[in-house]
Amino acid sequence: MIQVKNLTKKYGDCFALNDVSFDIERGKIYGFLGPNGAGKSTTMNIITGCLSATSGSVTVDGKDIFDRPLEAKRKIGYLPELPPLYTEMTPAEYLAFVAHAKGVSYEDAPRSIRKVMEQTGISHVADKLIRNLSKGYRQRVGIAQALLGDPEVILLDEPTVGLDPKQILEIRELIRELGKTKTVILSSHILAEIRATCDHILILSHGRLVANDSIEALEQSAMADISLTLAVRGTYKDVSDILESIEGVLGIAAACDEPEDGICRLVLDIDMENDPRDAIFYALAEHKMPIVELSMHHATLEDIFLALTSDEVPGEEEIETAESETEEYTPVFAVQADEPIEQTEEADQ
Amino acid sequence: MSAIFKREFKSYFINMSGALFISVLLLFTGIFVTAVNLLGQFAAFEYALENVIIVFLLIVPILSMKSIAEDKRARTDTLLYSLPLRLSSIVMGKYLAMLAVFLIPSGIMALYPLLLSQFGAVNFATAYASLFGFVLLGAALIALCMFMSSLTESQVIAAVIGFASVLLLYFIHAIADMIPSTPAVSLACFLVLAILAALILYHLTKNIAVSAIIGGVLAVLVLVLFVVSPSIFEGAFPSLLNAFALFQRYYDFTYGIFNLKDVLFYLSFTAFFLFLTGKSLDKKRWA
Repeated sequence: MIQVKNLTKKYGDCFALNDVSFDIERGKIYGFLGPNGAGKSTTMNIITGCLSATSGSVTVDGKDIFDRPLEAKRKIGYLPELPPLYTEMTPAEYLAFVAHAKGVSYEDAPRSIRKVMEQTGISHVADKLIRNLSKGYRQRVGIAQALLGDPEVILLDEPTVGLDPKQILEIRELIRELGKTKTVILSSHILAEIRATCDHILILSHGRLVANDSIEALEQSAMADISLTLAVRGTYKDVSDILESIEGVLGIAAACDEPEDGICRLVLDIDMENDPRDAIFYALAEHKMPIVELSMHHATLEDIFLALTSDEVPGEEEIETAESETEEYTPVFAVQADEPIEQTEEADQ
Repeated sequence: MSAIFKREFKSYFINMSGALFISVLLLFTGIFVTAVNLLGQFAAFEYALENVIIVFLLIVPILSMKSIAEDKRARTDTLLYSLPLRLSSIVMGKYLAMLAVFLIPSGIMALYPLLLSQFGAVNFATAYASLFGFVLLGAALIALCMFMSSLTESQVIAAVIGFASVLLLYFIHAIADMIPSTPAVSLACFLVLAILAALILYHLTKNIAVSAIIGGVLAVLVLVLFVVSPSIFEGAFPSLLNAFALFQRYYDFTYGIFNLKDVLFYLSFTAFFLFLTGKSLDKKRWA
């Protein structure tokens, strides 16, 4: 459906996107995930023809967005980060304008406008000024606009930012509904949101594509990575000597070198094929070293996401993504990065 | 294009700027017709019109300030870019909407000669040729101010630079007269222009090497030309300025001279700024 090849976008000397390639298949919901400034909006703006690329190509259903923009744009519905609304119009007027501009025929326009208004649940505010609508309704008007003209692909840039928890659930439901008939691409810096709605995940970090896989595959690879957190009364040397001799313990990933109150804390990489937990218990008991804590930790998508995206630039991004475990609240407080911030972050590198 | 035109045209009547434009233009036309034609007992509408053009200074920047700046501020430009529309139809749709607003009072003004003909001898050819020139002048100024609007996100800044540039065009004839016509002065002025061109180019491209080279080449070209034949610099700069004396050209129409050259000048001035507006919009995408 959409082929992105070696897409690069440079602002001055900094890369907003660096050699990004991927394919979007028909009929799936894709999620662009990445911290603020990772290049999600830039990628979407380029795919929709709102921004040029320094190099690389984007084809939509075989039509190059730069060479044959009109044909390519007809297949795309786009909701940018800030819904592009003429606030002095009513949703009905606004959608009539967009339908006209998208070339929906005069006879079909009222019917398709009614249809998208029903889909997005804005029929009852159709004749209020957009200026007077709440953020959630404005977002819906923006989505309705993207749906007009029956495009095959819908791109939604951070569609739930700034909405309240109920609105977020409603928008997600709408996205899932759309995904049944159309290809949907949405972006977010919140993992939980992507997990809740998407089939396939594309993780961007510092302008590079660092992961491109289905949610299941990524989760599976995360599950394989298991670690054991252990607190034992004893010195590090004794404990580590014993543990290393046990089959199934792959290594000591982290340890607290200074045992406090005679308790030594360790994190072990273990092989679940050969579960060493029983053996560890008996071995330590034999040496009169009681285990005071033992817990097993599966790596989550969260960990993978953090590992992939937090390598170079420390700071806010990690805090934000860490928050995303509480999925209801994060989006409400999520910080939106504007273009200039994106650039300065790139410049920091 | 028709979608953009329709939306823009309506928007001028939602936010009053269109109504303001029309009423101010008609108000001053009424005042000047009263003063020149009625009180002056003189049926030549063109002499009233000649005075009305000063109103353009104020109302054209106000009409066109929002045309593109507002789209940039409200981020609705992203919508326009993502719609299956050519850039040229976006620019033309917006321009024609303003032109249509301007044509409403012009149409009403076309009734004045008919009215005046009831009371005296009206030279219809001169009167309507003047009105035609009036429309051309307005159309050119609207294109200029639309370009100014495309340079900024702020309507206020758009209005101020629009006003400044229209004012400059208004006085450019007087300024040209002030400048001595010796070759040396023209040379100095052309060198300043070359530097200005380099600075503008740098502002647009942020490429210091290209701007410096082009500015340098222009300056060297001017100097070489000056060494080879200083005589062509005799009064060259003032006549260059006079070429842009948009308002000055208009007086030809009121004197009853219908010069195709003037018509072409206004049309090409308009086309040039529409083209620049398109480039300025495109530049944002290619930044």
